[in-house]
Amino acid sequence: MEALLSNVDWVEIGIASWDTLVMVGMSLLFSVLIGLPIGVLLFLFGKRQLLEQPVAYAVLSFVVNVLRSVPFIILLIVMIPFTVMLIGTSLGVAGAIPPLVAGGAPFFARLVETSLREVDRGIIEATQAMGASVRQIIFGALLPEALPGIIAGITVTAITLVSYAAMSGVIGGGGLGDLAIRFGYQRFQTDVMVITVALLVIFVQLLQMAGDRLVLYFSRK
Amino acid sequence: MIVFDQVQKSYQVGGRAIPALHPTSMTIETGEVFGIVGHSGAGKSTLVRLINLLEPPTGGRILVDDENITEYDAAELRAFRRKVGMIFQHFNLLSSKTVADNIAFPMKLAGIYSRTEIRERVAELLARVSLTDHANKYPSQLSGGQKQRVGIARALACRPTILLCDEATSALDPQTTQSVLRLLADINRELGLTIVLITHEMDVVRRVCDRVAVMDAGEVVEMGAVSDVFLHPQHPTTRDFVFESENIDRDELQEDLQKANGRILRLTFRGESTYKPLLGSVARESGVDFSILSGRIDHIKDTPYGQLTLSLVGGDLDVAMKALEAAEVHVEVMR
Repeated sequence: MEALLSNVDWVEIGIASWDTLVMVGMSLLFSVLIGLPIGVLLFLFGKRQLLEQPVAYAVLSFVVNVLRSVPFIILLIVMIPFTVMLIGTSLGVAGAIPPLVAGGAPFFARLVETSLREVDRGIIEATQAMGASVRQIIFGALLPEALPGIIAGITVTAITLVSYAAMSGVIGGGGLGDLAIRFGYQRFQTDVMVITVALLVIFVQLLQMAGDRLVLYFSRK
Repeated sequence: MIVFDQVQKSYQVGGRAIPALHPTSMTIETGEVFGIVGHSGAGKSTLVRLINLLEPPTGGRILVDDENITEYDAAELRAFRRKVGMIFQHFNLLSSKTVADNIAFPMKLAGIYSRTEIRERVAELLARVSLTDHANKYPSQLSGGQKQRVGIARALACRPTILLCDEATSALDPQTTQSVLRLLADINRELGLTIVLITHEMDVVRRVCDRVAVMDAGEVVEMGAVSDVFLHPQHPTTRDFVFESENIDRDELQEDLQKANGRILRLTFRGESTYKPLLGSVARESGVDFSILSGRIDHIKDTPYGQLTLSLVGGDLDVAMKALEAAEVHVEVMR
């Protein structure tokens, strides 16, 4: 056992795991905070929806599409000057968060838009007929009804962010991915590679399980 | 009172205006149950949604209690909508809220009720629709009839003066339909609120409505008291609906009439005359024999009625005709 994992520095692994956790947690938080309103707006501005705005929809949709079509590895590099401007460095855990949010938020926004579209139009109509304002329709009916879908979207986004966060090792982002690249890949330490990958798999499994449970808890259908 | 003054609605489809409702004028009286019957696509859904402006009209005026609702601004419209309850074919309950929270929802949206007021009103409404035991259940745990009763309770929460029913019983089985219609009739009687009900089933109209408008291709083709429209339909569409509701096959009926001998009459009894032993006495006086070709004895809302198609042979036909005409019976000579 000892020989098999001779290169593994468990303290290093612990720090890297924590870094990954922080990167995913922080970027998920901001992705949701930014993506949710964008998703709601995308839905509202859409065709035959409450605030139908073809121009605003086209602009918003275009921005989201651009961010989503840039491969994340490129986005990481493109974002460097902006990240430095924003938080002073493009390195480490903190430096990885802005590009992660830039990748996660538009992704999540689309998922929010889709789950809002799944809400029965009849429910919107009924709420309108009660004399609700657009604001009341959003917060009183749309978001509560779409909650299970939105939670499922958060889960998918979180898992996507885990893999994005691993990629940020390439630009010195820290975390398990960084470890895997520096030790597992560049120094041919296969054991480190195996451990980091295993930890990432476990992490993703846990996220999915937690997400599924929450969805089940909030589903009343 | 709801007044439609040359109200029309058309949709823009690919740059062309497709009419959904041709210019229509009509009046719905306060406290009545007004039915709108028509096939799908006849424009009845549009018509009912014009009353709470879920569909804004493209022409004409809609007056509710002498106020032109088409001129309301957004805030006035929201306040107006609180006074107009609406129930739906597919109930449209919020699946994320309990029964009690669904009923409380319109009151919370209104923002003018205290928590105690809401709690008391919800309890009262739950009792009214016999769902007190189901207060904390979610809609998915209820049957169709129960869901619609939640819908009705929710629609009544803010004490509306008008209740709009959009195919409210079309997704329910006959027995549940019966109980929901009875509930609507009770509500109409007890609260005196105006009910506008759209349906494709003449039977629903017969059971609860006072007056009815028949729609076909975006136009009201016939309108009047249910007993008049139901017993003496004028427009072909109305006749179709009446035949459909009585399960009469028109071809079969024609065949039966061909086979019958003598004079063929259709007698329509309304109200108390339904129970009078008229046919026997007429037969004795005139010496005619009659056979019943088709018939139905039933109720239109609370009024009993009978409609019989008879063939008369032998005896003195003129005496029989006179005796029938003298009685409170509507006689229609079919052959």
